[in-house]
Amino acid sequence: MVALGGASPLEAYRHILAGSLGSWAKITQVLRVWVPLTLCSLGLLYTFQIGLWNIGVEGQVVLGAVGATALVRWGLGAPPHWVIPAALVGAVLCGGLWALAAGVLKTHAGVNEIFAGLGLNFVATGLLLWLIFGPWKQPGIASMSGTETFPQSYWFPTAGGWAVSPEAVVAVSALLGMVAWSLRATRLGLALKAIGRNDQAAFLLGLSPPRWMLLAMMLAGGLAGLAGAYQVLAVYHRLIPNISSQYGYLALLVVMLAGFRWQGIPFIAFFFAALNVGSIQLPMMLRMDSSLAGVIQGSLVLAALAVQGMAWRRRTAS
Amino acid sequence: MDIELRNIHKFYGPVHANRGIDLTVQAGTIHGILGENGAGKSTLMKILAGAVPKSDGEILLDGRSVTLAHPAEASRWGIGMLYQDPLDFPPMTVLENFMVGRPRHPKRSARHWAETLAGLCVDFGFRLDPEAPLESLTLGERQQLELLRLLSLGSRLLILDEPTTGISSEQKELLFRALRRLAHDGKTVLLVSHKLEDVENLCGRVTVLRQGRVCGTLEAPFHARDILSLMFGNPPAPPQKTRRTFSERTLEFRGVSGLGGRAGLRDATATFRKGEVVGLAGLEGSGQGVFLRLAAGLQPPVHGTIRLFGNDVTGSDYHVFRRRGVAFVPEGRLEEGLIAGLTLTEHFALAACEPRLCVPWEAARRTAQERVDRFRIRGGPETTVDALSGGNQQRLLLSLIPPEASVLLLEQPTRGLDVESSTWVWEHLLRRADAGATIVFSSAELDEILMTADRVLVFFNGRILLDVKAEDAHPDLLVSAIAGRVSL
Repeated sequence: MVALGGASPLEAYRHILAGSLGSWAKITQVLRVWVPLTLCSLGLLYTFQIGLWNIGVEGQVVLGAVGATALVRWGLGAPPHWVIPAALVGAVLCGGLWALAAGVLKTHAGVNEIFAGLGLNFVATGLLLWLIFGPWKQPGIASMSGTETFPQSYWFPTAGGWAVSPEAVVAVSALLGMVAWSLRATRLGLALKAIGRNDQAAFLLGLSPPRWMLLAMMLAGGLAGLAGAYQVLAVYHRLIPNISSQYGYLALLVVMLAGFRWQGIPFIAFFFAALNVGSIQLPMMLRMDSSLAGVIQGSLVLAALAVQGMAWRRRTAS
Repeated sequence: MDIELRNIHKFYGPVHANRGIDLTVQAGTIHGILGENGAGKSTLMKILAGAVPKSDGEILLDGRSVTLAHPAEASRWGIGMLYQDPLDFPPMTVLENFMVGRPRHPKRSARHWAETLAGLCVDFGFRLDPEAPLESLTLGERQQLELLRLLSLGSRLLILDEPTTGISSEQKELLFRALRRLAHDGKTVLLVSHKLEDVENLCGRVTVLRQGRVCGTLEAPFHARDILSLMFGNPPAPPQKTRRTFSERTLEFRGVSGLGGRAGLRDATATFRKGEVVGLAGLEGSGQGVFLRLAAGLQPPVHGTIRLFGNDVTGSDYHVFRRRGVAFVPEGRLEEGLIAGLTLTEHFALAACEPRLCVPWEAARRTAQERVDRFRIRGGPETTVDALSGGNQQRLLLSLIPPEASVLLLEQPTRGLDVESSTWVWEHLLRRADAGATIVFSSAELDEILMTADRVLVFFNGRILLDVKAEDAHPDLLVSAIAGRVSL
């Protein structure tokens, strides 16, 4: 495909690599994408574990972003060390409740969670655009560039010259550990696993599958909401129409490629983040459209899935 | 078409569904295949229809040996199967369904097939509107359409799987008339059923299957007793049990009706007492399953009241029943009872149901090890349950019943188990009964019920037809009650 576009594929890969890992500054840019992507993926672990397809991550990210923006706007003037944590908590709640809505539709109204999630994604996008062009528009004009930028004191702190705050990377790594621990060692992990594999038997053993489903959805939504808050506070410093950067959908791929286990997630998320950042180089260096990055991404995913599928078939055949 | 099956075997993984079946059916006859669920009759018919491959054996059609690798090949040989749920396409019209699955023919248009369909309808007295969407048809009409479709494809052997389930009595009359006529025209009909009256009405010969083997072939006229004794084995005279009296009521049903199964459950009244073992007999789906599920709180009754230890629990959910001491062991061990992929330890950790954040893995592992030893489960705490054999899965299910449970409801507790495992299961259950538990179980084996139960309830068509103490339960009485022939 790249060759069809009139450039050497090897060249393209080299530029992607250089553009993402070529320097320390580039790597911090990759990590800036890695943080929200990993957060969304971690949340999805819970829902996949219980056998739910939480397609609504995208909307949950948006709601998290909206929640964080609302709290910062409301708290302007208050000390930032109060406002920023409050914004994070608010984002978790907003994302969690948005996911809960999809969960309730599933458990109490029998709506497939995929449809509920997709529907809520559209609602979330609508809400986002309405806020940007309506109540939260910049003084005088409403534009695609989003709401007014927050004063710098309300930005998520970053180290000098870095595109990412080290605290966020550490926090996400800690969350990764916590999610892994909760899936392995707690009742939550066991219940999700049991219900995901056989809800009927889990029910007979005394569990209430709907309750655990709602909890799993809330956890996934909460983590997605956190990703949204990160996008607002640390990346864009305002609410923009594409605040989620499609990380919700990308996270689904990450988790699937990681085989629904936590171990692979940080690496695969890093790979996708690098691809994302590196492909910005393509138009500059090879005069190719950066959308080709999407093509490369897609082909890699398909190739990985095909390899996984073949490995699985070989395993079942033996 | 003459059919001869020689030494047919079929394995589904470790399950030996057909164990060397020999069967001869002559052209122009209606031959019944009888047997309880799990006897292997559906498997045998699917082999003949090409839907599943046989593991071993030979199939001869008119003396010629054939391999039936897939349904299309069976269809070329003139074999057509009418499934219990017709394999049709609900969104399409009657005519479109009729035209499905035939070789393309350049000169034959939709009109040609419409005329063929109309002609066949007149022949058999069916009334089918070719333009009607299939969804608007009753099950009986869909069956008629499927029958005509198979005939127009040139089927000379028709296999019908439980054709009279869910259709009206007029439709049944029409169907039977059509089948008699087809047999008269020299076609062969195989009728799979576990309804005695259908077989008595229609068949010239009947072959009874039990546990994957042929256990006898009978010629018309049939006696229900002969057929049933073939289906259930010769029930031994009940062993002389010590007459025990039971007083304390545990579970009570008062005029309870419920949905589900073939016949649902209608107006069931029964009382169970502490220490009592009660067997539920009847043909598969006569209401025993619904009864047990209602008693476990897995579904709410439509009418009537259910009491546990004197308290009205009608309409409460399963968790309430469970807390009050009811345990339910489903028939599908790996489908409903256990979670494939999870280890024994994980099952015990789940069943412990402690409201703690962390799973006490060490304690769960100890419990698992202790139960593995006590219940003699062949496996370890870290074995996944799907790696256990059926007998060991059943032991595990029994070991998962909380020790404090006082009403044990079991669906077919020894189905598919070997003699040693069955004996062990019953020793365990009877010990629990001696310790004061009420045990209610369904079984397809009359011997099992007579050997173990203090009391027998016989279900027929959704009703409790008989409620007798085991010492008064003469096998003949039970057999005629199972067939629905008992006057109260």
